[in-house]
Amino acid sequence: MLELIRQPWHWSTAGILIGLIVPLLLILGNKSFGISANLRHICAACFPADISFFKYDWKKEIWNIFFAVGIILGGFLAVTYLHDPEQVKVAPTLVSDLAQFGIDDYTNLVPNQLFNWHSLLTIKGFLFIVVGGFLVGFGTRYAGGCTSGHAISGLANLQLPSLVATICFMVGGFISANLIVPFLLKL
Amino acid sequence: MSKIKSGATANIAETMNTDFEVRSLDAQTVNGGEKDMSFLRNLKFMLAGIFFGLILVKSEVISWFRIQEMFRLESFHMYGVIGTAVVVGIISILLIKKLKIKTIHGDAIEFQDKRFTKGQVIGGLIFGLGWAITGACPGPLLAQLGSGVGVISITILSAVAGTWVYGKFRDKLPN
Repeated sequence: MLELIRQPWHWSTAGILIGLIVPLLLILGNKSFGISANLRHICAACFPADISFFKYDWKKEIWNIFFAVGIILGGFLAVTYLHDPEQVKVAPTLVSDLAQFGIDDYTNLVPNQLFNWHSLLTIKGFLFIVVGGFLVGFGTRYAGGCTSGHAISGLANLQLPSLVATICFMVGGFISANLIVPFLLKL
Repeated sequence: MSKIKSGATANIAETMNTDFEVRSLDAQTVNGGEKDMSFLRNLKFMLAGIFFGLILVKSEVISWFRIQEMFRLESFHMYGVIGTAVVVGIISILLIKKLKIKTIHGDAIEFQDKRFTKGQVIGGLIFGLGWAITGACPGPLLAQLGSGVGVISITILSAVAGTWVYGKFRDKLPN
């Protein structure tokens, strides 16, 4: 049984369990699933700077910070107790394309050759680690949510604005992965 | 305390709400009572987070490689995960509404409709660009950090900075 849990899970198992987070949070306390709101709460708690968007009582949303801390702990527990020693399996076309850019380390879910402290000081690493993160933070709040808030809980409640947002997430991602990421990898 | 509160309410009234993820700002919801802020009452949400983090890692949703595969149409995996999650979510919400299921504290479960904004398009595209570069959206970034990739803490801080810059220039952006 433990062996089965250690292996990468099937998409249907993951999809069902992630989908159940939506009713779980509603039933635990009328909360709606949306991780990126925490980025706003951190701004409100730490750097409000008299900006009206950050002037609210973030403590009333503290449940979400607890949820976010739980995700970090969950990530830790997964690699500590349920670690899968196998290499990450990736589509062969992606493997051959990435090899051209010198990325061939599949020991971790996050490519070690791109995301490490050393590469942070290179232009390429800076773009992947810092600029990428900035776009995620700016874009999600401008859109009013991320994958969990719009694509999962918004669509689950049949919200058309969330459908528009999800389509735009995907369009941005298609452009980025096929045009921008290959360019950045060349740097 | 009360001064801050009234200030915040006044500010929210001045600018149109485009962000429906801070439910305590909406007067009609029952969220955000004083008792909701206690440590013990919030521990259950940490447990839910642990559950979510475990799923994200074990299903490889936090994998940069999986995100590239999705956007290069090389694998069905991520479409399967998100698609199944949406279907399970739709059925769950239908059941909650139909059976009038209450929270464990006996409160009615409420839903809020979102309004269309230009941000869903412009912000959505910007987030999409970033998503493929970092190979992770906000939830997976947290799980990546927990899984031991320390440098992702910089990505998360940068995302906080991005949110802050949005907040700072929000009034000047098309909404």
